[in-house]
Amino acid sequence: MPFLSEIFQHFLPETILAVGVMALLLIGAWRGDKGFALVDELAVALLGLAIISIVLSVKPDRSVFDGAFMDDAFARFMKVLSLGAALVSILLSVDYLRRAGLEKFEYPILIILSTLGMMLLISADNLIAFYLGLELMSLALYVMAAFAREDGRSSEAGLKYFVLGALSSGMMLYGASLLYGFAGTVAFSGIANAVSASAPIGVVFGLVFVMAGLAFKMSAAPFHMWTPDVYEGAPTPVTAFFASAAKAAAVAVTVRIVITAFPGADQQWRQIIVFLAIASTLLGSFAAIGQTNIKRLMAYSSIGHMGFALIGLAAGNEIGIRGVAIYLAIYLVMTLGAFAAILAMRVDGKSVENISDLAGLSRTNGLMAFFLAMLMFSLAGIPPLAGFFAKYYVLLAAVDAGLYPLAVVGVLASAVAAFYYLRVVKIMYFDEPAPNFDPSPLAVRAVLALSTISLLVFWIYPTPVMDAASVAAKSLF
Amino acid sequence: MIIGLTHYLVVGAILFTLGVAGIILNRKNIIVILMSVELILLSVNLNFVAFSHELGDLTGQVFALYVLTVAAAEAAIGLAILVAFYRNRGTIAVEDINSLKG
Repeated sequence: MPFLSEIFQHFLPETILAVGVMALLLIGAWRGDKGFALVDELAVALLGLAIISIVLSVKPDRSVFDGAFMDDAFARFMKVLSLGAALVSILLSVDYLRRAGLEKFEYPILIILSTLGMMLLISADNLIAFYLGLELMSLALYVMAAFAREDGRSSEAGLKYFVLGALSSGMMLYGASLLYGFAGTVAFSGIANAVSASAPIGVVFGLVFVMAGLAFKMSAAPFHMWTPDVYEGAPTPVTAFFASAAKAAAVAVTVRIVITAFPGADQQWRQIIVFLAIASTLLGSFAAIGQTNIKRLMAYSSIGHMGFALIGLAAGNEIGIRGVAIYLAIYLVMTLGAFAAILAMRVDGKSVENISDLAGLSRTNGLMAFFLAMLMFSLAGIPPLAGFFAKYYVLLAAVDAGLYPLAVVGVLASAVAAFYYLRVVKIMYFDEPAPNFDPSPLAVRAVLALSTISLLVFWIYPTPVMDAASVAAKSLF
Repeated sequence: MIIGLTHYLVVGAILFTLGVAGIILNRKNIIVILMSVELILLSVNLNFVAFSHELGDLTGQVFALYVLTVAAAEAAIGLAILVAFYRNRGTIAVEDINSLKG
């Protein structure tokens, strides 16, 4: 019987968030919305503390809580990504919430609760922990989508997300019940043992249902239909959180499930993942072409990027998982940078969201135009920006695993996608200027500048990310 | 006739299908969608308990208890969002959820 202190060593970041969020809730209940600034700052501090406790810890990989919770290098890598994205989304949201009259103390608390759900999800090592982590994340996200409750669009986004999310959780859960019944256990390692020789048909059914639910959570086509509507309707900082942290957690748990629970059924899951990857990359590039709203554009862009991450997963080996980890890290930086730019789009105190509002930005705000252009080049995957290396490593893994058609589709889709990214650059640099943007707050400018600069210099010093991703991928095999 | 695992699974599958069909085919009222979601979760619980009994393993019943708890939280959040939506729009008809599209 291990000592409780040993277990909590592995559970420290989650403990920090869980206990901290209770304290924040008390402060909020006591101070009311006057306490927003305090709760917000403490929330940033909690997330920072959790990141530090992961980064500084040196401990062996270990499964705790009777096999429900896995603390390995892969989980730590993904947790740092999710926590970092949550922290940046809080920083980006302060000014937006104040102007929109949404300074409610529940906002940072919901972000932390949902981040806690993501961390439990990333570490989940059996079906029960997986389901509870997923629901903790999703329930908080539903509320956040409807956070601007006076705004009809926001509550509609929340309602759509809730209905489709509940349906997908139900399908996933039905799959989990079949997996439990036909494999006889809820532990991922136990399922792996049960399917090591041949996969019973009940398990394959369960796998399909679970994958459908997961594809919904990471908005991979053909389960993407909620994404554009929810991204457009939800308040912009909430959308930034959806597009970054929630995606990282959903992809991470998909990787863990197929790699640790279904190594024996790789024929079956590879078909599903390849289909999702092809559908997502193609839909992400073609459907985005006609968009005029930049948040909808980012929604389709994120669908396409999830397709690329799944190309790495389809390879199913250590190189592929390393590619997925690198892809997610770079994708988060690009997405947060792009949403910082969207948050800076504000004319006469009102947010504007049309791509045409960016027209002539190079003449009215040259620096922002440059940063946004670099982000768009990186999202399109143009070397030497980081977005190119992200795509390079997943495509390399796919070719390495002999998935040539998948790699070809990926390259073609990214060529099509380059069209709409470059169109944004063209509108900024060659069209007649639209009205000037208001000066943006320091946090937004800092996130925009830092994300762009880190994408620009990634090729000079990629070692930290590459090493961490290699260690993370190795820990799964 | 002896009622065995298969019978329970068939009932579970029928309930699940009804729930999914209720969400997809329903064109009238969002409350019906919430009821369909509950139906899906209950069909899953039936599966879990049936498997748990068949396998002689309590984990399935523990899972079913967790699902019940989460279902309650989910219903609460769904109704809260629905009330917010009704205040803004004055309707809860499915066909009126249409301001976001493209």
